This record gives sequence, structure tokens and C-alpha cells, in this order.
Amino acid sequence: MPIPLNYLLATAAVLFMIGLAGVILRRNLLIIFMSIELMLNATNLNLVAFSRYLGNVNGQIFVFFVLVVAAAEAAVGLAIIVALVRHYKDSLNADDFNLLKG
Amino acid sequence: MGPIWLIPVAPLAAAAINGIFGKKIGKLTAAVAIAALCIALGESFYVLAQVLGGARADAAFYSWIPVGKFQVSIGYLVDPLTVIMLLVVTGVSTLVHIYSVGYMEHDHAFWRFFAYLPLFTFFMLVLVLANNFLQMFVGWEGVGLSSYLLIGFWYDRRSAVDAANKAFIVNRVGDFGFTVAVILIWTTFGTLGFADVFKAAPSVSTALLTGITLLLFVGACGKSAQIPLYTWLPDAMEGPTPVSALIHAATMVTAGVYMVARCYPLFIHTPLTLSVVAWIGAITAIFAASIGLVQNDIKRVLAYSTVSQLGYMFLALGVVVPVSGIFHLFTHAFFKGLLFLGAGSVIHGMHDEQDLRKMGGLKRWMPWTRWTFLVACLAISGIFPFAGFWSKDEILGGAFDGGHDVLYAVGLFTAGLTAFYMFREYFLVFEGTPRFDPEHVHPHESSWWMVGPLVVLGVASVVVGAALGSPPDHGALFNFLSPAFANSVHFGTYEGVPTQTFILIGVSLLFALSGIGVAWQMYMSKAWSPEALAARFSLVYQLLFNKWYVDEIYNVLFVQPTLALARFLWAFDGYVIDGIVNGSGNLTRYVGRGLRKVQTGGVGNYALGMTLGLLAILGGFLVNSYLVTH
Repeated sequence: MPIPLNYLLATAAVLFMIGLAGVILRRNLLIIFMSIELMLNATNLNLVAFSRYLGNVNGQIFVFFVLVVAAAEAAVGLAIIVALVRHYKDSLNADDFNLLKG
Repeated sequence: MGPIWLIPVAPLAAAAINGIFGKKIGKLTAAVAIAALCIALGESFYVLAQVLGGARADAAFYSWIPVGKFQVSIGYLVDPLTVIMLLVVTGVSTLVHIYSVGYMEHDHAFWRFFAYLPLFTFFMLVLVLANNFLQMFVGWEGVGLSSYLLIGFWYDRRSAVDAANKAFIVNRVGDFGFTVAVILIWTTFGTLGFADVFKAAPSVSTALLTGITLLLFVGACGKSAQIPLYTWLPDAMEGPTPVSALIHAATMVTAGVYMVARCYPLFIHTPLTLSVVAWIGAITAIFAASIGLVQNDIKRVLAYSTVSQLGYMFLALGVVVPVSGIFHLFTHAFFKGLLFLGAGSVIHGMHDEQDLRKMGGLKRWMPWTRWTFLVACLAISGIFPFAGFWSKDEILGGAFDGGHDVLYAVGLFTAGLTAFYMFREYFLVFEGTPRFDPEHVHPHESSWWMVGPLVVLGVASVVVGAALGSPPDHGALFNFLSPAFANSVHFGTYEGVPTQTFILIGVSLLFALSGIGVAWQMYMSKAWSPEALAARFSLVYQLLFNKWYVDEIYNVLFVQPTLALARFLWAFDGYVIDGIVNGSGNLTRYVGRGLRKVQTGGVGNYALGMTLGLLAILGGFLVNSYLVTH
């Protein structure tokens, strides 16, 4: 017996909210970064769940793309973080990086 | 007709050459200008010969503004009236150019003078040759511009700059009338060509024509310095004296007279305008002459005299003897040009002294200037057989024949005043004992550059009247010019009751001679003391000496209110218009300054903002769907 759709959606929503809370509340850049990944994966879970529920494989294919983009984003994002910490401020605290302050 | 385009283009070319290369070629500018003027003068004489042979022309060179029905061309109209003006303009202009070589000899801006002067001549010739109202307007404005440039020629003198501005601004008032008249003519006739307009004139209602002609006359009042717009001309004497002779005596100020004469086919249908013209002319004549009686500046006396003589010309146009008006314009150009050039010679010889009270006895040092000046004084006073006698008596005779008794009396009395103030000036300058210190001031006769034109004009002042104006009302000029007015004026065949003519001549000679006699008594034999007279009638004297306080009255009535309005509008512009514009800028700035606080630079804040926005949108959808379903 397959897992009902609602369970999957609820799980995804919880994961998304955890990720969102992490992005908003935490200060550590790496934690924020990981929280973003968490939100992406919550979205992926949604796509897969609907794909299975509707019997349409398109959603699952789409998830592959998301994973690829997420991997690329992780590579670029991590590189930026490393560069920031090395060359700008010896800190991982997001509040230290406020160059765009108006 | 020959290359008629050469007449205006030659001076224009000279002005361009002198204006562009003048600084490099220096004194050569005079040669360029005089050569160009000689070409124009020669061609004018050629045109005269053609017109005497019966040729007439009205043609276009170039279609200037072809916009739908609005067709204006640049062309030329050649008839006897044009030819007379061409000869006056090119003739006097050539002489003044030659004279200026001597007069402006030591001026550091010699070349600039010889760029402006041909430019003026060009515009004047455009005005004279025009065959439509718009082209005439171009010349009209052009001579105004040249006049402005030349009055303010010595622009480092505050008074010269002020006088130039005054001339320009007062002329704007007149030009406004002219502009409106041209627009009215276009809406009424659907064309601006002289020939078409004049042909259609009889079919237009008198009221409309009266409006048009009155507006045209407002323009003429401005340019020809008639009441109430005459105030700029006496101040215009700030310009170099050759300019006063050419522009402010002989040619430009007669443009108004010429314009009214040119538009005579319109004026002739409007008795009201004609009487306005006559009365304004007569009042201006006596008014300006009265001021001229007591002025102490050698050029200002002549300036008021010019205003007065222009009044005579308008009087002639108003009492429907236009030929006599043009005749007086013609003779006046010579003797008034001569008077101004003579005055310039005196000023030059006296080292820039213009005050009559500091002259006297100059005949010892300046014989040529003295004799030519005397000739001009006799001519303007209307003494037989000098030029002014013939033309002025024709005007007075015309006024008398037309039954305008009051106008005749005013003209006659003005003739007496004219003789008085001219001989007052002559006696004060050339006769009596020197009132300057001969130890320090060494008067000298001017060079031949200056004396030559004086002699030419002197000879002209003697002969042109008798040659062209005798016998009265049937002279050569009359026969030449009257066909130009034939379509509009029904000349009553003047049967010339000889006794009446002789009585009129006798009366006007009597007035002129008594004017001279009074001047003799006051300034030569000293039988009557001018000072005692001034003290006795001090109120009148003060009134005349202060020019009837017209400048002061205008200052209170027009200048100050205009300035007040201008200041108000300036403030309105500064505080209201600029306030709105700057205010919108400031508003944006302050709003931006407030909103930039939102931009914290903290990533978490942005993420929170995005989340809240997303939630708001979702909430909106939820509320919406709830409302739709329930």
C-alpha cells in the first residue's frame, strides 16, 4: 500500500518550513546554505509525490534537473563562501556581510 | 532692369566680408564697403534710367514660404516710389561711408563699424525693394537690429547701451502693431503681395481697412519716431554721428513714411486713419520743435528737428498730398544728413565736445563745415531757393488747399520754430566769440574724407528742391511720382491760383525769416537775453528743457509697471514654478532617504521579507478563494 499523498506533502511542508526557518533565523552562512538545500529538497519531494500520485513521470524527470542545478549552485555557493571568508572577513556570520546596506 | 539683385546683395557681401575678415584687413574694410555701395548706387541710377523710360517691375526671385495657400516670395517691386527711396538710401549711405573713413579714423573698432553700416544698408534696401508685406517686415526688423547695433556701437558706455535698448524696446511696440496688421492683411486678403492686396482693397469693408491701416500706422510711429513712440530717437544720438546722419535722420526713420506711402492704396479708403496720420504728424512736428528750442546738445537739437520734420511728412500723407511728403523725405535726407555730418565735423574738430554752450566762433577754424551747415540751416528753414523751401511749402500748400486750416497753422508755426532753433544752433556754434578756452581746445577743419560729402550734400541741398520741385505741384518729381499714386489718389487738378500761391509762399517765408530774426536778436546781436527770457517764463522753459517730462511720465506709466510685473513673474517663476519642479525632486529624495533604511544588507532580513511577501500572496489567494466559494 503506497504512502498517501497527504503524508508526503506534510513531510515536504515540514522540511520546507525547517529550511525557511533556518535561512531566516540562523546566522552561520553554511547553515543558511544547508537550509536552502533543505528547501530545495522539500520541493523535490513535492514534485516526486505529485508525479507518483498522478502517474506522470514528468515530475520525476524535473527533479533530476533540480538536483543538477542544486549541485551546481552548491558548488558555486560554497566557492563564494570560501572566497568571502578568505579574502573579505574571517567570519562565517551572515551579519558581518552587509555591503549592500542602504 | 539690369541685375537688380545687386542692389541689396552688394552691401550684404561687404558686410559679410568685413564682419568675417574685418579684424585682419583693418582699414581695407572701408574700401570694401564703399566699393559695394558704389555698385549699389550705380545700379540704382541704372534702374532710375529704366523707370524714367517707362519700365516697371514686380517679380519674385525665390519662393520663400510655400505652405499651402500661404505663399510668400522674395521679390522686388520697382516703381517711381521705390526708385526715389533707392537713390536716397544708396546715395546718402555712400556719402556717409566716405565721411566715416575720416570720422572713425582713430576708432579701435573701425572694421566693426564698416561691417554694421553696409548691413544696415542691405536691410534698408530689402525693405525698400520688397514686393510683399512679409519681406518688408524682414527689412523693417533688420534695420531695427542694425540701428540697435550702431546706437550701442560704443558698448562700453552705459548710456549708449541704455539708448540702444530703449530704441529696440520702443520699436517693439510699433512692430507689434505692424505684425498684427500683417496678420490681419493675410486673414482678410489671403495674400501678402502688395499688388494683390491693393487690387482687392476697395472691396473690403472700411472698418476692417481702418483697423489694418491704424495698426500699420502704429508700426510707422515706432520706426519714424512719432508721438507717442518718439522717445527713443533723441537718445539714439548716443551712436556715432555718421550713424545719426544715415539711420536716424536720412533713411531708417523715413521707413515709416515710406511704408505708409507704399500702402497708400489702403490708406486712401480710410478717412479716419488719414486724419489720425495728419494730426499725429502735425502734433509731433510742433511738439518736437518746441523741445528743440532749448536743448543744449548739438545733436539733440537735430534729433528733435528730425522728429519734427518726420511729422511734416506724415502731415503731408494725412492731408492727401503724398507726393509732397515723399518730396520732403527726399530733400530732408540731404539737408538733415548734411546737418548731422556737419555736427559730426564740429564734434570731431572740437575733440568730442557736444555742448553748444562751449562752442562759438568756429567759423574761423572750420570754413567748409560752416558754409555747408549754413546752407543746410537755410534749407531746413525753408528759405527760397533752398531745398526745404520747395518741399515744405508744398506740404503747407497741400494742407491749406485741403481745407485743413488748423493743421496748416500748426505747420506754419512749426516752420517758424524750425528756423529759430536751427539758427540758434548755427549762431551758437559758428558765430560770436568762442566760449571755450582756445589755450586748451584747438578746433580744426576736418579732413577731406569728411568735407567732401559735406560739399556734395550742400550742393544737393541747394539744387534738388528747385530742380525737382519747381513749379510747385507740377515739378519733375511730381510728374515722376504721381503715377505711383494715380490709382489711389484723385489729384484735383491744382489750378494754381497764382496770387494764392504767392501769398502762401510769402507767409511761410515770413514765418521762417521771423524765426531767424528772433534767433539773431537773441544770440547774435544779444538785444534780447535768452537767460532773462528763460527766467521770466521759467515754468515754460523748465517744461521744454525737460522735454515735457515725457520720459518721466512714461517711466511712471509704462516702465515701472512693466518692471513690477516682470519682477512679480520672476518671483512667480522662482518660487512657484521652480518650487514645483524642485519640490518633486526633493520629495523623491526624502522618500528615498526614508526607504533606504529597509535595505539592511542582512541576508536574513531579505529572506524574511520574501517569505512575508510570499505568505501575503498566498493569504490573498486563500481569502479570495474563500470569498468566491462562499
